[in-house]
Amino acid sequence: MDGIHDLGGRQGFGKVRYTLNAPAFHAVWEVRVNSLYSFAVRRGIFNMDEYRYAIERMDPRHYLAASYYERSLTGLGTLCVEKGCATREELERRAQGLFPLSAPSTHGRTNAPTRERFKPGDRVRVRPDHVPGHTRMPAYIRGKTGVVVSESPAYPFPDASAHGVEARDEPTYDVRFRSEDLWPDSSDHALVHVGVFQSYLERVV
Amino acid sequence: MSMSNQDRVVRRAASIEQRVDAIQAALEERGMKVAEALEELGHLAQQEWSPQNGARVVARAWVDPEFRARLLADGRAAVAELGFSMPKHHRHLVVLENTQTVHNVICCTQCSCTAFTLIGLPPDWYKDFEYRARVVRESRTVLREMGLDLPPEVEIRVWDTTADTRYMVLPEQPPETIGWPEEKLASIVTRDSLIGVTRLW
Repeated sequence: MDGIHDLGGRQGFGKVRYTLNAPAFHAVWEVRVNSLYSFAVRRGIFNMDEYRYAIERMDPRHYLAASYYERSLTGLGTLCVEKGCATREELERRAQGLFPLSAPSTHGRTNAPTRERFKPGDRVRVRPDHVPGHTRMPAYIRGKTGVVVSESPAYPFPDASAHGVEARDEPTYDVRFRSEDLWPDSSDHALVHVGVFQSYLERVV
Repeated sequence: MSMSNQDRVVRRAASIEQRVDAIQAALEERGMKVAEALEELGHLAQQEWSPQNGARVVARAWVDPEFRARLLADGRAAVAELGFSMPKHHRHLVVLENTQTVHNVICCTQCSCTAFTLIGLPPDWYKDFEYRARVVRESRTVLREMGLDLPPEVEIRVWDTTADTRYMVLPEQPPETIGWPEEKLASIVTRDSLIGVTRLW
């Protein structure tokens, strides 16, 4: 989905609020949220793709206003309800107030019907896919051409795995893009490396 | 028909802490031993998964060229030699070597993925929208704003963590530290140099 979470290359954001030795956690509840979602993943209640997708389905206003760990908490609460570990009413009764959750899931997809094995140096294009569900293809590489640098071990295909759809694990390719190709005339010169799933790629001939 | 009292009550969002408590209580009511697990996971996140791990890996790579070669070839296997593990779903660790002419920097534009067992859970700025939106597109400007003004001849490579492959930067060793013992070398390697927003010299 072209959701609010897909921030790469979005304009209008100001300076990074960088401090030396910045903390990972600012409050005890943040540590608890991080541990609770890890616990749920370890227990097999949901997987990492489902977790990321649950956060992506948050109302965009809420997503932008919430802190990182409030987004994590919202994804966790949503999945607890969807996986039958709680009902929304129960959570709201226990919390003594509203518990904002994410929008319902749409549908996923399995691997692309034709997938090619690439090798370093191959020129590839990111397929111009638009999907309603979870995907790990950032919009800024859609339709763009790059060069394969290396291949990773096979991973679960996120577009399927976030939706309980059957799919084969597939490799990701480290694809190198030129920033000028991604954002012509409006980027700093750099090489941008993205881990791209095989199903998202086609060969450039 | 009149509205019931309940319908007329304006309900407010529960506080964050109340929401966290509600989830934990719901899981516990279903027989899960949550409290013990949270103690263990909280300890891991705050004590064990620390940038000192990545720093030790870097120090070893600086003093041992054969280890350095293994680290660059297969990061996951090499860090395991030093006793460091990664979650099962992080199937691959790519270590990115900074040089005088190449500077690597890591990000995750869609969420905030990191090799957290080696460089620690990510700092706040790494998770903020500013870093996620801008570093892929305006890398040189963003690094300069963060205090790292790279000479124009240095090529910048940005690594967006879109899959479960994880990245760690191998910073350059400051020349004046050549010959230092490994432990002392590890003490100068910072988390932010493992992410690639600072250099050590």
